[in-house]
Amino acid sequence: MSMPFYVSPEQLMKDRADYARKGIARGRSVVVLAYDGGIAFVAENPSRALHKVSEIYDRIAFAAVGKYNEFENLRVAGIRYADLRGYSYDRSDVTARGLANAYAQTLGTVFTQEAKPYEVEIVVAQVDGDAGSDQIYRLTYDGSVFDEQGFVAMGGAAEHISAGLQERWEAGLDLGAALRLAVGLLGEDPNGGEGRTLTADQLEVAVLDRERERRKFRRIENSHLDGLLTPADSGADASDTPDTAAPEAPGADPNASN
Amino acid sequence: MTAESNKLPPAYLQTGSSSFTEFLAGHAPELVPGSRTIPVTAVDVPHGTTIVAIAYADGVLLAGDRRATMGNLIANNEMLKVFAADDYSAVGIAGTAGTAIEMVRLFQVELEHYEKIEGTRLSLVGKANRLATMIRGNLGMAMQGLSVVPLFAGFDLERDEGRIFSYDVTGGCYEEHDFHSVGSGSLFARGALKKLWRRQMGRDDAVRVTIEALYDAADDDSATGGPDLGRRIWPTVAIVNAEGTHFVSDDELAGVVQQVLETRREIGGTR
Repeated sequence: MSMPFYVSPEQLMKDRADYARKGIARGRSVVVLAYDGGIAFVAENPSRALHKVSEIYDRIAFAAVGKYNEFENLRVAGIRYADLRGYSYDRSDVTARGLANAYAQTLGTVFTQEAKPYEVEIVVAQVDGDAGSDQIYRLTYDGSVFDEQGFVAMGGAAEHISAGLQERWEAGLDLGAALRLAVGLLGEDPNGGEGRTLTADQLEVAVLDRERERRKFRRIENSHLDGLLTPADSGADASDTPDTAAPEAPGADPNASN
Repeated sequence: MTAESNKLPPAYLQTGSSSFTEFLAGHAPELVPGSRTIPVTAVDVPHGTTIVAIAYADGVLLAGDRRATMGNLIANNEMLKVFAADDYSAVGIAGTAGTAIEMVRLFQVELEHYEKIEGTRLSLVGKANRLATMIRGNLGMAMQGLSVVPLFAGFDLERDEGRIFSYDVTGGCYEEHDFHSVGSGSLFARGALKKLWRRQMGRDDAVRVTIEALYDAADDDSATGGPDLGRRIWPTVAIVNAEGTHFVSDDELAGVVQQVLETRREIGGTR
């Protein structure tokens, strides 16, 4: 092994990209989608402590898939970036675009210069006064940035979920409908096998809620989430009242097989 | 600061504590209050004055007057000296206004930073100690006359009660019970509170008592501003309870001030 072999740059980059892609594809997926009151983040994540979705700043949130220690590192760096910028200038000077740029540069440098690329894919999203000015940026392991419109899926089943969202997502969905769509797609098997029904305790759900004061980020707790995931009739009146979650109705969910 | 096009500096990606102040001290020390060297001669700068905190049935109230003085001048007659530190605590400042406001800003970011990174809030005592550390860091400037003496009040979610903490310039942190006041008019405010404060007061009574205490402080201390009916400038009153931190509206304060003045007029003023 003492003789270094010549490896063409194309091959080197391809190997690195394949390596990163494989790492990301192993993980569970995350869906980020717009609803009438803001942007919702839905992750399949049974852990209550290790988050895949996080608040970054007043209007900005973060979601990631891949290797936990790597995206956690990026998450903390993002919070430091945002807090330092807001402290030095003003809170309104912290933008998702600036953060996405910083992330892109970091991921790009790691991809080309470090021993191994980060096996992560992240989303940085920001809500503004109206749905038209909301921003969702997806960043991949090599530092590419994609400005997404309306929705984005990452992780193992990303392609399958994106296809589903393309077909069924529309602007102006209410929170319950958007969450049911995302959770339904997360439970489907991309290989056409039998789907699973994901329950609230297998999910990590948060929103950037346009109507909130200053800090728009809020996690949706299990009890409230149960209400939102229960279809139409009983879900409608529970849509935005966290304290009065929909009545427990175990029989109401037609898919409640497990 | 880095330009937007630059990647995140290595310091951002290092593992470290959840403290924003420590991060700032390592990465941007020039932004830490108290870290700069200043001329030895004392400078004439605006000073904030009286802050009072009282416990009531559901939590605590923190209130301050609006005057800042510079020597014998009134530097500002509508300065805000009571701030929400986070959802369940508030901080009021007496002392050098510029230094104090900068410290409060850093304190607010510190609490939010910890909350975002750790996914959980600091305990109330943890917050109080954090503030003590920041005041200790300012000791050098305090020795030159730029001292900051805050009063910190918050709702302890574990104990389900409001708590008050006072400080000295060396960063000593002391828990106070029932009520406390800091600043140049604090002696008079505390005297008033001794007579007016009652255990388990309701919210409205508590607001009225703080206004009376500040009124008495303004009465006898030239550096404390009383309610200004002409310009409609009222004291700042923050209420911290299980529902969070919120400020009493100007309209409500105007009503309370009117009421206090009426009562005092009926009994023949405050002589």
